[in-house]
Amino acid sequence: MTSIENKTAILLLDDGTVFHGWAVGSVGTATGEICFNTGMTGYQEIFTDPSYFGQLMVMTNVHIGNYGIHQSESESDSIKIAGLICRDFNIVPSRQLANKNIQEYFENHQLVGICGIDTRALVRKIRSKGAMNGIISSEELDINVLKAKLKGVPSMEGLELASKVSTNTCYTIGDEDAPLRVAVLDFGVKKHILEYLAERGCYLKIFPGKTSLEEMKAFQPHGYFMSNGPGDPAAMDYAVDTAKAIMAEDQPLFGICLGHQLLALAAGIPTYKMHHGHRGINHPVKNLKTGKSEITSQNHGFGVSPEAIEANKDKVEVTHINLNDQTVEGIKIRGKKAFSVQYHPEASPGPHDAWYLFDDFVNLMRSN
Amino acid sequence: MPKDKSIKSVLIIGSGPIVIGQACEFDYSGSQAARSLREEGIEVTLINSNPATIMTDPVTADHVHLLPLTVESIIEVLELRKIDAVLPTMGGQTALNLAIEAGKLGVWEKYNVRLIGVDLNAIELTENREAFRQHMINIGLSVAPSYIANSFLEGKEAAQKIGFPLVIRPSYTLGGSGGAFVHKEDDFDSALRNGLNMSPTHEVLVEKAVLGWKEFELELLRDQADNVVIICTVENLDPMGIHTGDSITVAPAMTLSDTAYQEMRDQAILAMRSLGNFAGGCNIQFSINPEDEHLIVIEINPRVSRSSALASKATGYPIAKIAAKLAIGYTLDELKNQITKNTSAFFEPTLDYVIVKMPRWNFDKFPGSDNSLGLQMKSVGEVMGIGRTFKEALQKACQSLENNRQGLGADNKEWIQTADILARLETPSDDRIFRLKDALALGVPEKTIQKLTKIDPWFIRQIKELVALENKLKSFKTIDAVPLEFFKELKQAGYSDGQIGWILRTTEDEIAQRRHDLGIRRTYKMVDTCAAEFEAQTPYFYSSFESENESISTSNKKKIIVLGSGPNRIGQGIEFDYCCVHGILAIKDVGYEAIMINCNPETVSTDFDIADKLYFEPVFWEHLEEIINLEKPDGIIVQLGGQTALKLAETFYNKGIKIIGTEFPSMDLAEDRGAFSDLLKSLDIPYPRYGVAETTDLALQIAKEVGYPVLVRPSYVLGGQQMRIVINDQELEKQVLSIFKHLPDNKVLIDQFLDRAKEAEIDAICDGDEVHIMGIMEHIEPAGIHSGDSAAVLPTYSLSVEAVNTMVDYAHKLAKALKIKGLINIQFAIKKIGDVEKVYVIEANPRASRTTPFIAKAYKVPYLQIATKIMLGTNKLKDFDIKPQPSGYAIKVPVFSFNKFPNVDKNLGPEMKSTGEAIQFIKDLTDPFFRELDSKRYMYLSR
Repeated sequence: MTSIENKTAILLLDDGTVFHGWAVGSVGTATGEICFNTGMTGYQEIFTDPSYFGQLMVMTNVHIGNYGIHQSESESDSIKIAGLICRDFNIVPSRQLANKNIQEYFENHQLVGICGIDTRALVRKIRSKGAMNGIISSEELDINVLKAKLKGVPSMEGLELASKVSTNTCYTIGDEDAPLRVAVLDFGVKKHILEYLAERGCYLKIFPGKTSLEEMKAFQPHGYFMSNGPGDPAAMDYAVDTAKAIMAEDQPLFGICLGHQLLALAAGIPTYKMHHGHRGINHPVKNLKTGKSEITSQNHGFGVSPEAIEANKDKVEVTHINLNDQTVEGIKIRGKKAFSVQYHPEASPGPHDAWYLFDDFVNLMRSN
Repeated sequence: MPKDKSIKSVLIIGSGPIVIGQACEFDYSGSQAARSLREEGIEVTLINSNPATIMTDPVTADHVHLLPLTVESIIEVLELRKIDAVLPTMGGQTALNLAIEAGKLGVWEKYNVRLIGVDLNAIELTENREAFRQHMINIGLSVAPSYIANSFLEGKEAAQKIGFPLVIRPSYTLGGSGGAFVHKEDDFDSALRNGLNMSPTHEVLVEKAVLGWKEFELELLRDQADNVVIICTVENLDPMGIHTGDSITVAPAMTLSDTAYQEMRDQAILAMRSLGNFAGGCNIQFSINPEDEHLIVIEINPRVSRSSALASKATGYPIAKIAAKLAIGYTLDELKNQITKNTSAFFEPTLDYVIVKMPRWNFDKFPGSDNSLGLQMKSVGEVMGIGRTFKEALQKACQSLENNRQGLGADNKEWIQTADILARLETPSDDRIFRLKDALALGVPEKTIQKLTKIDPWFIRQIKELVALENKLKSFKTIDAVPLEFFKELKQAGYSDGQIGWILRTTEDEIAQRRHDLGIRRTYKMVDTCAAEFEAQTPYFYSSFESENESISTSNKKKIIVLGSGPNRIGQGIEFDYCCVHGILAIKDVGYEAIMINCNPETVSTDFDIADKLYFEPVFWEHLEEIINLEKPDGIIVQLGGQTALKLAETFYNKGIKIIGTEFPSMDLAEDRGAFSDLLKSLDIPYPRYGVAETTDLALQIAKEVGYPVLVRPSYVLGGQQMRIVINDQELEKQVLSIFKHLPDNKVLIDQFLDRAKEAEIDAICDGDEVHIMGIMEHIEPAGIHSGDSAAVLPTYSLSVEAVNTMVDYAHKLAKALKIKGLINIQFAIKKIGDVEKVYVIEANPRASRTTPFIAKAYKVPYLQIATKIMLGTNKLKDFDIKPQPSGYAIKVPVFSFNKFPNVDKNLGPEMKSTGEAIQFIKDLTDPFFRELDSKRYMYLSR
């Protein structure tokens, strides 16, 4: 393991479990909900994904940092995770195209991390006990002090976080003369979502998450997109209202992840906090319309209630399900031009099996 | 789409005898496929000529045909049985070629047999180098620039256009046969000629050499709905230029960014979907230019391959089993993950550990062979190390090799001459990884090593970190001075107690003692396909030094550990996997818990659903001790894992660990030449005169007493290593000196050589009271040819009744005198003196032998299961109603891989050289196949 100057660090969980390891990244303290990602590639994309805002990330893949940091592989302008927990940290990258090493990158963004952890034991704990908060520190090693600090960390449930990572000002992406204009509601949007839409001939205007439909209409969009993002969707009435308004005008609407949950809430389907969520790039999803299956990139700790959809079959249709646990992965609002998926068709990291959803959205706008 | 109900009976074609490039990984795939189909209620028929396989056993298939892999045999089977479909993708290139040949002759059509799991056009496309290249370009993928040549002249033209270095790849050959790198023009002509000759279609591809690019392999599965998943991505530590079978490989990929990996994944899926319309497995090799990350496709195998076996063991995902289900119509989303049992089979396994595969070579068996590595595969087996980190996995792989290494160096076998080391780095051979570490230890800069080897800097850095750990360790005077945290760090980096002991100039035992005192013990982690995201039901474990142990024993059954035989090599191969599987079945059958330990990824015994519990660990004392300490088994079976397992018996005995069956003192008696000869003498059994020498002078004296010709060999070796027949003092001196040089600390055995004697062997089971003779085999080749290289005829065909009776009598006497409980193999020499055939005992092996599976197959008796139950003491011989069903004669025919070693002496002698074997049944001695073999006997005798 390559830690910084053999400096020790501690990871303390809400249930009192203590792991000892070595400090990586910045020296300091970090708190948040602990979640794990099972992807074997794409650490940089994960670190910079705004949906992970406020979370301590456990990487189940053993070696982190091997191929360094590349400027084009960030999903936002900064590191969004609250802290990193890993087994083995590799400072010297082998990739000739790399711009930076991971240690430098963490230091620049003041990210606190810990390595040398039995991450598998940690994952098994989360798997059985459910998501919980934790604290990493390389500056304070007194368990009692850390315990007190950890008490002050709020639960993810009921937490509105999207506004903390949403853009404050509007900006545009793509060709102004493109045939289609899309209004993007930013709750922490990943860069590749925007790139894929722009690539498909969309001119995008990205609005702060709390923008109203009226304000967006001035852009004269052909369709609306509700992005991914962190936190509990149930604490985002402002966005649910916007989704309802868009549907009331029967405009094309596509949602990803948090956007999917908001669409469901707008259609009267409640969301719930999952036991420990889905985070990885190997999740099997079946498209019920085509009968084909796809391997998807996922990152969510909340889900859409299948029972409520079952009770509202006339209003909402399930289009995709998870083949592992049969959870809802995609919906369509009947009689509306609105659909959404729980997973990440933009991948980054992950497989590109679901890129077709961007085409579906473009086609939906075109046919409107 | 659910299963195709019209398929009720399936024929699986095996891969035939083991040769380099096509080994027992296909026994794994054939066996898994057969089990998978039988689960679906499908009747499975198997055809294979290899008797040492599990797939050809009644426990695997409904009908087994041990026939040569020819179209005639296929017709014979189809005449006999109603077969709905044939699955030819489980038996390597051999099975595919046979399926294609039968298809061309219209056999499948005539008997109304469907080909499943394969698309012959796809096979044709991937095997025809030019068509493949064009196809890849058509679908938008890159390949290395190349030209096809069907003649010498065309080849010369191609070379002119491409320039050097270049690669010659013959079409339609196996394991890279005939392929070559050509660095300069002078070497081109002979390489081209050889390539053209090796190709059955007289066709080669002349390709630009992308030496030093990184190499990756992807294992894919596709169903008939065109769903595709990537089961495993393997990174070759050795870059382009070394056959992947001879490369050290690592999973998951260590140096790929998501961007680069997803590009590769997209291309792999595109390529597989473009190849016809088959449901099953596929392997794709890519190369990536580290400078700009440009990808090119190297080759595609649209079938289950050697790397599928490795990928299955590396991830826990049973590729062959699932591929078989896909072949009969299932789609991936309908099947369950076999490890978790409740999530979907349509997913991509994720690893929270690292595996390192290392090839096992046997160059020592082929004096004069070229040990440099290149396009042509030369290894005879492989091992897989699993660890929580790359370092740990790498060291565990080294500990698994059974090359008398304690890990990656730090064991008194390092080189210290920089010039020699650098030469070895530049021209890769079997020891490059060890030399790489030596170079780092001597302070050679990482950049220089990278330049010479083109190995990715990440791997070099990892090994450099090992060197740094060793340097830090050297700063401590004694083990007691080493702090707990650092001790743990060393163990986590895979260091064995032996390595640490060597660095600190103390003993392994002292290190182990201190480690135990400090409470640094192995913890066991599960291989579960999903990085612990889901609960898994399958007890497949590896060890590491972590905080949580997952291997918790809950059963109150008696526990028995079966030791496997480690990597395949000449003299010890697939036959012991067969023995272990049967041993496990017997243990389960009597209601005990069977625990398997082995490190060979090509085996059936390391399938997660064979034993009750699987520890994928080196068959290396330190690892075994920890498992024994955790499991506290009721005993250990060492008789089934060849010499590897047997030679650990002494350690178990000394540590008071119970050995199941024959006790150690008896084993020791059989192995110790002096004591064994004394025993023979006391039983009035003749044996060749002999002597043991520690010096050359003594050797010469003994030879004089024994009388030339004599057989010279080191006292403890496998497969007749370094064994020679010499006829005078001069030859003797040369050989003895060679033994002392290559195998220091060894004594030399000098035996009277029984010139012009016949050889025979007996395999028997003894329960302490009774002896059952399983079979008596007469070798066609006379004494002096290693028994593994001899064709053996069961039963005997030319020996007198008296001689046979004498052998049986000696076998009874010996088995009882040695207090055998389980198996014994006895080798005899029969020399005609006047009109009488005098029987000598040459040696006795108190364990399962190479021929045990052969006899079990020939006589259709589950001898290994019977023997295991007798070892366990749950049964006596009288409990079994053994009814051998002989039909004529069965001949065990050795198979060689000499085409991989063109410069090697192909004459047979006391040192074993064959890599595999086939079984051939004949009705009587007028059979032309037998007469041809038998004619060789006189050739040897007349020499």
